[in-house]
Amino acid sequence: MPDETTTLEILRYHPETDKEPSFQTFEVPYRDDWVVLDAINWIKEYVDGTLTYRWSCRMGVCGSCGMMVNGTPRLTCAVFLNEFHPDPIRIEPLAYFPIERDLVTVMDSFMEKLESVKPWLIRNEGEEKPLEEGEYLQSPAQLARYKQFSMCINCMLCYAACPVTGLESEFIGPAAIALGMRYNHDSRDQGREQRQEVLASDDGIWKCTFVGECSEVCPKNVDPAGAIQQAKVESTIDWYTSLLPWAKK
Amino acid sequence: MSKPYTPPMPRNWWNTNSAFRLFMLRELSSVFVALFVLELLCFVSQVRRGDEAMNEFVKSLKHPLFMLWHAIVLGFALLHSITWFNLTPKVMVIRRGEERVPDVLVAGSNYVACLVVSVVLWWIVGG
Repeated sequence: MPDETTTLEILRYHPETDKEPSFQTFEVPYRDDWVVLDAINWIKEYVDGTLTYRWSCRMGVCGSCGMMVNGTPRLTCAVFLNEFHPDPIRIEPLAYFPIERDLVTVMDSFMEKLESVKPWLIRNEGEEKPLEEGEYLQSPAQLARYKQFSMCINCMLCYAACPVTGLESEFIGPAAIALGMRYNHDSRDQGREQRQEVLASDDGIWKCTFVGECSEVCPKNVDPAGAIQQAKVESTIDWYTSLLPWAKK
Repeated sequence: MSKPYTPPMPRNWWNTNSAFRLFMLRELSSVFVALFVLELLCFVSQVRRGDEAMNEFVKSLKHPLFMLWHAIVLGFALLHSITWFNLTPKVMVIRRGEERVPDVLVAGSNYVACLVVSVVLWWIVGG
C-alpha cells in the first residue's frame, strides 16, 4: 500500500446476521486520480470480497454506482477522492430505498413507478403509420422540447435527494415524472391523456413540494424539478380549459 | 432469502442540509406574508371606520414591537419573493425555436415587474 491513505466509512448490512446496518472503516490507498468507486473496488479486491455494491461502466453513463457520499447522492465513478482528502468519506446506500445488502438497494418500487408512466411512444388506435411510409419526422425545435428530459440514466440519485420520496413512499418521484414529460413533449406521441391518469393523480406531481434538490444532484442535468413544475402548469391549464362551455366532456 | 432493511425517515430530515433548511424557511415565509396580509386588511377596515380609527391604528404600528414584527416580515417577504422569482425559469420555459429564453431573462422579468408595481404603488400612496 502507498504511504498516503484515506479513510472510507462504509455502511454494511448482512441480512443473514444483522438486525440493522452499521459502519465499517477501511483504509485505502490515496491517489489523486482515483474516484470513490476505485477505492471501493480496491477494498473488494484486496480487503473484503463480500462487500456488495452495483457498478458497471465507470464513466457516468450506466447510472449503477449511485450512493450517498458524505450524505449527498452521487455517482461514485464521478467523485474523486481528492474532493474530501484527508477527511474520511462516508459511503451509504441511496437514501429512502430499502437496503438489500451493504450498498445495494431494492429498486423494485422505482421500476414499477417508471413503468406506470408508460415511458414509450403511444399512438392512437389506427393512427400508427405503416412501415412503408417511413419514419415520423421531427424538427430540431420539436426535439429540443423533450431532449433534456430524455438524458435520464435512471441512476435514482434524484429519489435519494427528495425528502418527499422518503416521507411518502407512494410518490411517483422525480425521474419517472420527468420521463413521462419526455414522452408527453414528443411530437410523435399521443399518449398524454393516458399518462395524466398517473402523473396528475394523488401520488403524482401534486405531491411534489418543489424542494428542488432532485435537479441539483442530477448528473445529466435533466432538471426533474422543472419537469414536475411544468407538468403542474399543464395540468392546471387542462383543468381550467375543461371548465369552458365548449370543452369536450 | 431477501430481508431488506428499511431505514426510518429521520424526524429532523429538514435540518440535515442547508438546502432543506432554506426550503423550510421558504415554506415558512408564506405564513408571515399571510399574517401581514391580515394586518393590511385590518388597516383597511380601520380606514373605512374613519380618520380617528385610522390614526389610532397607525399610531399603534409605531410601537417598537410592531416595528420589530415588520422587520421580521420584511425579511421573510424578501426571502419569499427572491426564492420564488429565482425558481420561475424552471416553471416557465419559453422557447424561440430550438433555443430556450435564458433563465436570467425569465427570472429578471419578475424583478422588473416587482419594481414597476412598487414604484406605481409608491406614487399612488405617496403622491
